[in-house]
Parts: sequence; C-alpha cells; structure tokens
Amino acid sequence: MTDTGTPTVSLTDRVRPVEAGAPVVGVHFLKRTPVFVLGEEVLLFAPEDGERRVAIHEGAILASVSEATRIITGGDDGRLIATEASGEHREIAVDDKRRWIDQVALGPDGTVAWSAGKTAFARSKKGELRTFEAPSTVAGLAFAPKGFRLAIAHYNGATLWFPNAVGASPQKFEWKGSHLGITISPDGKFIVTTMQESALHGWRISDAQHMRMSGYSARVRSLSWTAGGQFLATSGSEQLILWPFDGKDGPMRRQPKMLATSKARVTVVACHPHQPVVAVGYADGVVRLVRIDDGALILARSADEVPVSALGWDAEGRLLAFGIESGEAGVLPL
Amino acid sequence: MTDKIPVTVLTGYLGAGKTTLLNRILSEPHGKKYAVIVNEFGEIGIDNELIVNADEEVFEMNNGCICCTVRGDLVRIIDGLMRRKGKFDAIIVETTGLADPAPVAQTFFMDEAVGAKTKLDAVVTVADAKWLKDRLKDAPEAKNQIAFADVILINKTDLVSPEDLRELEARIRAINPYARVHRTERANIALAEVLGRNAFDLDRILDIEPAFLAAEEAHVHEHKHDHEHGHSHGNGLKHYHDEDMQSISIQTDKPLNPDKFFPWVQDLVATEGQNILRSKGILSFKDDPERFVFQGVHMILDGDHQRPWSSNEKRESRLVLIGRNLSEEKIRQGFEDCVA
Repeated sequence: MTDTGTPTVSLTDRVRPVEAGAPVVGVHFLKRTPVFVLGEEVLLFAPEDGERRVAIHEGAILASVSEATRIITGGDDGRLIATEASGEHREIAVDDKRRWIDQVALGPDGTVAWSAGKTAFARSKKGELRTFEAPSTVAGLAFAPKGFRLAIAHYNGATLWFPNAVGASPQKFEWKGSHLGITISPDGKFIVTTMQESALHGWRISDAQHMRMSGYSARVRSLSWTAGGQFLATSGSEQLILWPFDGKDGPMRRQPKMLATSKARVTVVACHPHQPVVAVGYADGVVRLVRIDDGALILARSADEVPVSALGWDAEGRLLAFGIESGEAGVLPL
Repeated sequence: MTDKIPVTVLTGYLGAGKTTLLNRILSEPHGKKYAVIVNEFGEIGIDNELIVNADEEVFEMNNGCICCTVRGDLVRIIDGLMRRKGKFDAIIVETTGLADPAPVAQTFFMDEAVGAKTKLDAVVTVADAKWLKDRLKDAPEAKNQIAFADVILINKTDLVSPEDLRELEARIRAINPYARVHRTERANIALAEVLGRNAFDLDRILDIEPAFLAAEEAHVHEHKHDHEHGHSHGNGLKHYHDEDMQSISIQTDKPLNPDKFFPWVQDLVATEGQNILRSKGILSFKDDPERFVFQGVHMILDGDHQRPWSSNEKRESRLVLIGRNLSEEKIRQGFEDCVA
C-alpha cells in the first residue's frame, strides 16, 4: 500500500494497457514504439496499432540496452542480439563457450560491450574485438559518456578500461566487497557502483576519492541520472533517493534528497530525459511520477502488490512505459 | 510470495559421489524439472537445458566480516534463472569438494532478492564410506560439510566392512547428531529423502531431537526406522567425541525471559558466530502463548513466532548448536541465566 499523505493527481485512466503475459524485465523505445523485454526469448513490440512478438533468444534474456534505432540483448544462450524497429534481428556475437551474456552496454557512438564470466568484450567502431579479464565475474558494465572507455564492476572494486589503449594498464578503483551495478556520471567525473550490501560506493575519477552512499533498506538494483546529471536517482528504499552530483565533490558530505515516500520499497527508477521528473516503480505495483523541485506526485499505476520490474521513457519524454513482474504492462502518454 | 522455488545444496568431499547422486536425481522418472548449478569441473551425464556452470565466488560483505560471506555467483545466477520461472520446479546447487556450505546457505538469508524468490530446502552431504574417516582428520572442509548437513549419505558402503561402517557413522554422529543419515551404494536413495526436506523452514523445526540410524544392511535404501534415543547412544554405536567439532543441546522447562534471551543469543552469535555452524531453537517465553522458533547459520539468525502452544504439549525451550571449540559450560550457563 502506498501512503501518499497528500491527495495525488491520477493519470491511471490514460494508461494504454499491454498484456505482456510474462515477466517484464526491461522496456525500451525505438523512436516512439515501446518494446518490452520479456524474461524469456521474446521482445514485445507494442505500438498503438498492433502488438508483435519477436523471439530473439533461445532462453532467458539477461540484459538489454538501447539507442534510438536498436536494442541490444544478452541471453543465457550465450548470444548477443541486435534488434531493429522493424523486428529484424541478428546475432552480433556469440560466446564460444556458450556462457551467459549477462551484461551489455552501449557507447555514445554506438559501440557495444558485453561480458561473459570474468571476460569483458568491446567491439571498436572499426569492428575490432577487445577483451579484458576482470579479477572476478564482471557484475556491471557501463560506457563513459565520451570516448571509448568502459567502467567494469567486480569484487573489491571497479576498473576503468580503455579498450583501444593496447598495452596501457586499466585504472583501478578499490573498495572491499562485491560491486554489482555500475554507472559513470554524465559529466564523466564520477564512477558509482551498487554493492551487495545495501549501499552505493563511488569514486571521483580524478583522484579516486571515495564516496559512500548508504542507508538503504535493500540492495540497490536500479540507477538513473536526471536530465543534465544533477542527481543520481536510486531504488532500494521506501522513498526515491536522489544523490546530488552538481558540484565538484558530488555527494561527499551531503545528504540525498528523499521524495515520494511509500510503505513499499522502490524497485525501479527512470528519469525523464529532459525535465526534472523521475518515474518511480514500487514493490506494490505502484508507478508514480515525482517532480524533483517540489516533490509533487502523479499516480500512473495503482497498487496490486506485484513489483514493478521495468520503466522507460521515449527520447522526447512524452511516453512512459512500465512492466510488472506478473506480466502486465502499460504505456502512459503525457 | 508463497511459491518460492526450493533449493537443495549438494556438498561432499572430492570423489564422494555428488555427481553420481546428481545424475540419479536428474535421470529418475519423477516428472519434475530441476535447474542445476554445477561447479565448472562437474561432469553431468544427463542432457538438461537448465544446467548452469558456475565459478564458486565467495564474497565477503560488510568490509571483510568472515561470517558474512555470500556466493556472488549464486546471487547472479538465481536472478537469471528466475526469468525462466515456470520452466523448473526446483534448483540444485552442487558445490566443489572443497567448498564450505555456509556461504551458499547465507546467500539465501543475506540477499533479499534471492530470499524473496527462492528458499533453502536442505544441505545434503555425500560422504565416502572408505575415506571420510581420514578426511575428518586432515580436511577441515570435509568436517564442515558433515557438521552443516541436514541429510548425510554415507556412500560406497560396499567398499567397507560393517564394523568400519558403524565406526564411521559413530564419528559422523559425534559431529552432527541431528542430520538424517542414510547408507548408500552408488548414491542409490529414494529422492524424497534428499529433496523437499524443508530443513530450513521455520515451521518444520518441530523435532530437533537427535536422529539415529537403524542398523540396516547397506543395500537397503528404505530408512524409515529412525529411532529416538534421547541422549543414550543406541544400536551399539560407539560414543565418540570429535576433537574440535561438537554439538550442544540445552533444554529447560522454565519459561525464558525474551528481554534476556535475545540480547544473549545475539551476543553469542556476534562473538562466537565464526565457530557456530548451525543453530536451532524452540523457545517458550514467559507470558507468551506462542512458540518461538529460530535457526541460524554462523552469525545470521532467522526467527519467528510459530504457533500457539497446544494444551497437551510440554512447554519447554530447547537450543541446539553445532560448532567448533564451543565453550559448553559458558553457553549452558548463559542460556540458564535467561530463565524468567
């Protein structure tokens, strides 16, 4: 049950429901077409004029990322697949040992990186394949906003890897413990990881200065940067947590902004691409839009006690799509 | 969610017969589908699309506390497997021969996402009838696996004499009197004895009396005759004391004071948690109409009110610990000081 405290504006009657029929593990937009990533095998294209299911993997879909024209997915079939708006899809890599491809990342110029086990792979613009052996299984993979640089999360820290700088040693950032997700701030100054503990850890890249961001009630599984990179929005607590990254010190010695309190835990966050607004999904199935400036709330989906598992905006920020663990989904035009 | 997927952990020292048991589980006509997480050296002879090869990655949490370790690979693999929920009924995790079962078990209590979707069913340890005795002397991993187990298969019984078998069993009992022990050849056992045990289910912590194996012939694999012998060791079993691994069982019929008990038990696992492999308890608190049950793995305790005490039931509190170098006197005294 979500306790709003104040009366909430509701847009639930404007949602166009989509029957995914299987757990939704991700959602992306190819132009204005919402595409739901299902737990197994299928991408569900759900434009207004008719749904289409495209089977692209032979098992679970473990990771997905997208840009304007294509979605890249990694599967437990050991394949990396690129799917276009037409539904056409092709295998762009296959693991030679058929290991799970469970991390994928897209660079600013459309370069693709992925990982299987301890090995991270990146294909340069020229098509050359580069690899990096992490000290433990690669648990998170993210491109820097500029250049051909990748941040890799692993046990006891993170590594910044420059796939084209052959011979140069990767930059290491150490902190004890298991680092899972990873992101680089849009200004390229900070690396932030989600940890096995209910906390984030961060480093300023220039001097490896540490940042500890704790106080969560659960492991943080969803991260999103607000437009312009002023805040890092996170799940893992019974409210939306926004860490300030606007100064040169990031969140060091600063408190996060806490908005949209609920009795249920936040499971997914997705920042609006242009406005200071965050879409927040909760463990009770509620989806709300939160305005950062004043904390104003708009209800996009009511509680049904099944966790929200995916949220995504189109590039213009006029459509919000959400998916639920039970296999329900919806698109809200704004 | 109530439909949590049960997870069985299969341990055993190198060559004891884990893979034989696994192949048996997968090949029997039980109509169930298992997702199997094997270590990378495992050799499974059965086609199964849901076999995942894992590198055992034991990760410390909370900046190096040795009791707070989880299997990082399990956290990731279970998250991936749950995307295919509906394709399998249960998960089996096979560990390497040198693995400590604790990080596997702790993963289910420490990772909220794993705990929300799956539940630990039991730790099943396969022991080599011929070699375990030696391994108990020189391999602490082998002793951990016996101490930690809910179910123990003494396998390859055809390779040893009945006397040696009885002696080995007595040694196993000295370490862990609470596990169900079965004698097998080629890991031949009814699957119901190893799967669906609910050994970690708080509602099933009904009977924590030591269980004893009936003296049966090795090739008979129906073991329905476990007798309860209280603290006397029946069936002519010799009474051994393991040098460093013991079990302690304490009981009292005086009601406990929860305001004393909880701080005491929390302090006990905080200071001795590294040495306490498993703990279980059924507790009767003063002025509390309900039974309180708990279980623990090293420092992690999981407990809840279970149900009202029934009128024909003896209200008594019992605490059972299995661990290494435990100070029994001190623990006994500490427990008795919790009497209301």
